[in-house]
Amino acid sequence: MISEFLANWLPKVGNFSITLLIVTFYGLLMGAFIERIIAKVQGRIGIPYRQPFINILKNLFKRTAISHGVMFYLGPVFRIAGGIGTLAFIPVIYGSEMFSNFSMAGDLFLVIYFMFFGQLGMALGAGESGHPYSAIGIARGLSQMTAYEVPFALAVISIVIQYDTLSITDIVAAQQGGWQNWTVITNWVATLAAILAMLGMTGYSPFDIFLAPQEIPIGPPTEFHSAYLSLLQTNRALFGATKLVLFMNLFFGGATGWVELMIKTFLIYMIAVIVGVAFPRFRVDQSIRFFFKIPTLIGIASIIYVQMVLI
Amino acid sequence: MIKSLNTEDTLENAGLTEEEQKLFSNARPQAYEPYPIKAVEDFANWARANSLWILAFGTGCGAIELRPLMTARFDANRFGVAGRPTPRQSSVFIIGGYASVKTLKRIIRSYEQMQGPKFVICLGICPVNGGMYFDSYNTINQFDQYIPVDLYITGCMPRPEALVAGIIELQKKIKRGECDGANRYVENFDWYKANQKKVIKSWDMPDYNW
Repeated sequence: MISEFLANWLPKVGNFSITLLIVTFYGLLMGAFIERIIAKVQGRIGIPYRQPFINILKNLFKRTAISHGVMFYLGPVFRIAGGIGTLAFIPVIYGSEMFSNFSMAGDLFLVIYFMFFGQLGMALGAGESGHPYSAIGIARGLSQMTAYEVPFALAVISIVIQYDTLSITDIVAAQQGGWQNWTVITNWVATLAAILAMLGMTGYSPFDIFLAPQEIPIGPPTEFHSAYLSLLQTNRALFGATKLVLFMNLFFGGATGWVELMIKTFLIYMIAVIVGVAFPRFRVDQSIRFFFKIPTLIGIASIIYVQMVLI
Repeated sequence: MIKSLNTEDTLENAGLTEEEQKLFSNARPQAYEPYPIKAVEDFANWARANSLWILAFGTGCGAIELRPLMTARFDANRFGVAGRPTPRQSSVFIIGGYASVKTLKRIIRSYEQMQGPKFVICLGICPVNGGMYFDSYNTINQFDQYIPVDLYITGCMPRPEALVAGIIELQKKIKRGECDGANRYVENFDWYKANQKKVIKSWDMPDYNW
């Protein structure tokens, strides 16, 4: 019984660890690449490619670290647990037994819950640090998150109705056979709502009020340092790449190999980056009003579109 | 780790009222040994040298020279230098020119909140010998009596090129393992505190800001 259980699950855990390593490494590298692109826009050379790795190492090698309590320890742990948990239930490569992770029948709902989980854990941890800027950053971050989750959830509901399934693998399978089958073509209304929500998720301008460098120093992680910060930085790369993989699976036909995955996720990320370098920052009330107006309306329209046109 | 109240080797925190004393830690800072294996320590020093996060706290007129560092002309990002708005995450403190007594109090608070290993660069001639403010009633003349300094960049004011050269020199020094300012501060803690309290008359903060 136990040996059967182990024989079934150990290889899966091993495979998932490989996926985790690749996605984290890719996320860090892509972060450096995007930083360099932004630097080029500003007429600079920018950071070396190895910089995100060195930053994480440096924070791990710090000699001192202080604590503000139990929840302060758990905040970054919850955050990275949210990142790993999200990736664990997303099939990364379509048609590959090895890289389909713990994908199952209802994984789409689980993934959406996991995306919330890390943010809430972080909010508790940063709240215990007691720094006023942390509290302001969390208030802004959570209210903005509530706002962009609405169009995103509506878009997800729309494609769930369209494909009549809650399994990400089935959604990817339904989009195979050429680009004309991708959700971005068949259900472009839902994709538009989700892409607008993605602008809020990635945290670039105009929706970077919760980090707001130069204003409230850096928002929630103000008090996190040393090893806590290196956990948060690792998660930032991992979670960022994971969300892109989810978007690629839901709207852009998934990927059948790592190269296809990297090209597609990079191009999806470039949407947020182009908007980010071109537009200034919204205030928090402006960004929330924005999400509750146009993207939410588009999200509702996508459900109507699915009901009236596609089914 | 930080709350070791009522043990023998603690700080007095005499500047605080009795009520405030309960809110602050009175533990002494401790010196840290380098890693026992030399290769690990060298690797750690290489990582520290290539990721210098500067505390964005302009303490004097020289702070104006820090701004162009990040712009297209000088682009300190190339060397792994970035600005950090919070002392918890930053590793380099650049003293931008003269330090008045009032600012020194804030410098000490920020410096002690930074996590070791931490490095201090003094910019301009004022932190060395007082410069043009040598006989001012409220300006610190010799800065390294109050905080351990790793590198001086003199001039009035040094241009950003000089600052970039200084940062590269600091990187070389860190890689050689010579920047142990945080340990020096802890080992000579009583001497530094006595000097600080001599000039700061209104000492209303804990003896070590954890």
